[in-house]
Amino acid sequence: MMLVAHYNYWVVIALMMIGFYVVIVQGNLVKKLIGLNIFQTSVFIFYISVGKVAGGSAPIYDPEVTLYSNPLPHVLILTAIVVGIATMALGLALVVRIKEAYGSVEEEELQARDLEAEDAQQKENQC
Amino acid sequence: MMSLSPQLAIVLALALPLVGGAGILLSGRRPNLREGVTLVSALALLAVVATLVPQVLAGERPQVTLFELLPGLEIRFVVEPLGMLFATVAAFLWPVNSLYSIGYMRGNNEQHQTRFYFFFAVAIAAAMGIAFAGNLVTLFVFYEVLTLSTYPLVTHKGSEQAMGAGRTYLGILIATSIGLLLPAIIWTWHLTGSGDFTPGGIIGDSLEGPLLVLLLLMFMFGIGKAAIMPVHRWLPAAMVAPTPVSALLHAVAVVKAGVFSVLKIVVYVFGLDTLRGAPGVELLLYAAGFTVVAASVVALRQDNLKRRLAYSTIGQLSYVVLGAAILAPLSVVGAALHVAVHALGKITLFFAAGAIYTASKKTEISQLDGIGWRMPWTMGAFAIGALSMIGVPPAAGFLSKWYITMGAIQAGEWLALGVIVISTLLNAAYFLPILYQAFFKAEQGGGKDHGEAPLPAVVALCFTALLTLVVFLFPGVPFELASHLGAEAQP
Amino acid sequence: MLNHLPILQVVIPLLAAPACMLLDRARLAWLFATAAGLATFAISCLLLYQVQHSGPISYALGGWEAPWGIEYRIDLLSAYVLLVVSGIGALVLVAANTGVSREIPEAKQPLFYVTYLLCLAGLLGIVATGDIFNVFVFLEISSLATYALIAQGKNRRALWAAYQYLIVGTIGATFILIGIGFLYSLTGTLNMVDLAARLPAIAGSHTAYTAFAFIVVGVCLKLALFPLHLWLPNAYTYAPSIVTAFLAATATKVAVYLLIRLQFSVFGEGFAESALPLDAIFLVLGLVGVFVASLVAIQQPNIKRLFAYSSVAQIGYMIVGMGVGTHTGLQATLLHLFNHALMKGALFLALAAVAYRLGSSDIKAFRGLGRAMPLTMAAIVIGGLSLIGVPLTVGFVSKWYLVLATIQAGLWPVAVLILLGSLLAVVYVWRVVEVAYFQQRPAGLAVVKEAPLALLVPTWLLVIGNLYFGVQAGFTADLAGSAAAALIGGAP
Repeated sequence: MMLVAHYNYWVVIALMMIGFYVVIVQGNLVKKLIGLNIFQTSVFIFYISVGKVAGGSAPIYDPEVTLYSNPLPHVLILTAIVVGIATMALGLALVVRIKEAYGSVEEEELQARDLEAEDAQQKENQC
Repeated sequence: MMSLSPQLAIVLALALPLVGGAGILLSGRRPNLREGVTLVSALALLAVVATLVPQVLAGERPQVTLFELLPGLEIRFVVEPLGMLFATVAAFLWPVNSLYSIGYMRGNNEQHQTRFYFFFAVAIAAAMGIAFAGNLVTLFVFYEVLTLSTYPLVTHKGSEQAMGAGRTYLGILIATSIGLLLPAIIWTWHLTGSGDFTPGGIIGDSLEGPLLVLLLLMFMFGIGKAAIMPVHRWLPAAMVAPTPVSALLHAVAVVKAGVFSVLKIVVYVFGLDTLRGAPGVELLLYAAGFTVVAASVVALRQDNLKRRLAYSTIGQLSYVVLGAAILAPLSVVGAALHVAVHALGKITLFFAAGAIYTASKKTEISQLDGIGWRMPWTMGAFAIGALSMIGVPPAAGFLSKWYITMGAIQAGEWLALGVIVISTLLNAAYFLPILYQAFFKAEQGGGKDHGEAPLPAVVALCFTALLTLVVFLFPGVPFELASHLGAEAQP
Repeated sequence: MLNHLPILQVVIPLLAAPACMLLDRARLAWLFATAAGLATFAISCLLLYQVQHSGPISYALGGWEAPWGIEYRIDLLSAYVLLVVSGIGALVLVAANTGVSREIPEAKQPLFYVTYLLCLAGLLGIVATGDIFNVFVFLEISSLATYALIAQGKNRRALWAAYQYLIVGTIGATFILIGIGFLYSLTGTLNMVDLAARLPAIAGSHTAYTAFAFIVVGVCLKLALFPLHLWLPNAYTYAPSIVTAFLAATATKVAVYLLIRLQFSVFGEGFAESALPLDAIFLVLGLVGVFVASLVAIQQPNIKRLFAYSSVAQIGYMIVGMGVGTHTGLQATLLHLFNHALMKGALFLALAAVAYRLGSSDIKAFRGLGRAMPLTMAAIVIGGLSLIGVPLTVGFVSKWYLVLATIQAGLWPVAVLILLGSLLAVVYVWRVVEVAYFQQRPAGLAVVKEAPLALLVPTWLLVIGNLYFGVQAGFTADLAGSAAAALIGGAP
């Protein structure tokens, strides 16, 4: 059946929604990054699964194989994975620095600390 | 007399005030030198502008194209009778105003005089640009430059009040010019492919009926400097500036630029024939008529002398708009003439108000009892200026009113006629009592013992008052230029 | 050598970046980075010259011919945007040494130049490339570098701003990736010219529409189109001032370029209309962005934040130009791309000078600055006048074309709204002017001198550019017009 045959798309959609949900709803900065990663991974799966040719083998050159899956998506996704890793690394580095500067990695607490700092600034300006 | 090519004259007319401005900045530390630079630039400008007059009267239209601002839009100058008239008035009154300013600024120990003279010069340059503009874009560019260069003059005092006045000034003028004038210009450009000023107009058939009048109204209210109600509030607000600035705004440059632009656009962009018979064109007449009468009524109730003069100006400006709105060649002549005549009369009145303030620190009319005997020259000049505003011989104001009235009769515009009559009576009602108080009432006790204002100020105001009488007797150049305009308006 | 200009345009800053890391001294790194920036600018000038004389340039990377290999394609539009980006990149670098000296510790400055050059390389790559996946790669390179640049701000809120931008930016980029995936699965090619040839065949399919929607939303996130603009004010406010000057004048412009390239070159003009009323959406969102952003700007106490919101408004204008859908509208957008870079570059560099001297961008710090830092304030005034659209400045040129485009298309209400937006700009610009010129410097504050030459000269170069291109707009207007004509098929 169509639904079952296109199960790869369902996986993609599920992961995408999970990832997106985590990014938006979670207040913890690290968890947000994890959600982002899941979101990105869903796209990787999308590309790879689309590149599969029915009956084709992995796109690694072998003199005996005649039908390969499309290698191009694999190449593209390798690049995208690297980009994803770089993003994660940068994101986590930022989280470390935020923890050092604010003492917390929860979004609500960050906003509260910022408001506190602003109020203190204003009081200082008025004195 | 050196022979100056007209193209060079036009460029010099713009460059001289700017060069003078630079000179003023450089000589800021030596006040006498600085004032000298102003006066020399002013007289040089007058000489240059004067060379163009005979050529324009002979029927020539000197022109020069400077550069292309945008593809298809050039900065272009064309000298025609109305522009020549405005330029002559401005160039003539700059040295006079400068002389007066010297007396006033020094007499009141004003701060930041270098800044004052510098922006004054830039404003004059902008006025020249407006006067000689050959197309709508050039007009717009220099119109905005005029607004921006007069802002520091209006807010000269730097006080809270000055800042607030500056906001009103800038707010209204920029809002109208960007909100109404600019789209009107772009619309015209879109319709006609050019914005060039042409006798008989360029709109022709491209717009029908109500849209034509809509465009006209966009132009009229977009030119906030013409102070048609309700975009007039900047004028009384700007009274917070020192009097030489008020003189500049009201007589020499700013309001004149406004009504000049109105007249120019009516004659050279629309054309009298195109407008005649367009449904709704009476709206302009109503707006102008209303402004004339309403301003005069408000003036009656003002005790502050400068504010009364401000509202008088608003009314007088709408005479010009009225003259344009009547759409008769004779009234156009009167309107153009009024530009010159009102300039002379109003500048006299403002000079007098400033002289009174400098000498006695008095600003309210109720304080002016008996001042005519302490300051006979000043109040004498004031009297002549007042007569010109009312429109009574032997003051020149009579001439322009006469022509506008004749035009109204010729075109059968009885409403306009009524407006002129009523406003004349109202003008008398708010000017004559000042004279009566000054000369026929005893001075209130406890005032400062003072004489006339500083000499340069008195000389200036007597000079302009005298001119008001002279122009009545020998209308000469202003009248001829106005008549040429009338001829061009009806090709 | 001249044949390899397209790739050199990107490779020079890309290789210069790690080289800066090796030159561990701040001063050396700056000099080297500036040299690389100037070389990049020179290349973009040469490219423009070449394109104007011999037509679009096609360069196959590594000798692999398109559509199999990655192709760099420089046409009039790309050359124009390359000029803007590399010019601003180089000019801001000249000012960078002084500009960052008080905001970034000296030991970390070489790393600053590394990230700056990476960002520049990424932005240039987006413009130069003709392969759509390459666009994604360079987009991410520039974005990552941007997040790092923003995070170097002194205030700890810079970290939070960078993180927020990271999340939002990555989502946007991933949307673009999804769109690219759909396109690839439909057509089998990643080359933009090839895509344009193959798309009409499958243009009616839902997949194509979905791809378009994903890509457009992703790009609009990067553009900061209302309501996807929420990352911009924080990012611009807390980043180091030099970074703001660079980003405000380049990053969003490149995103606009990308949108134009996708909408007109790849998908073709008719496509968008058949899918959604995209023109109407752009008009509405653009105008709402103009008004909302301008209104918020008026109330900001922090001047950097004020001008950040102003940037959102100006981007709104560019999108309105696209929404009009005519040749003149596109010309207006392209013109404003150039002009806004000049305006905001000058303004933010001047603000960098103020931040350098005063250490603050709060409006209270501006009191009496008109007298203390006359040249810097004059630069801000002229930049402000340009934002308002006063004639003789570049802002007027953009406004003229934009309003003309709307009048030509018969969209009268839009013309009125555009001009009303300018009036709002008067309010927020004048706030700064009044505080600087009408208020006295409070007693007891340290005496402030004029900005150092290293900051003043680049600022004034941009200000003079504002005035020059406002008075001699022929060059930019013609260039924008030709680029627009090449995209939209000619007739206005």
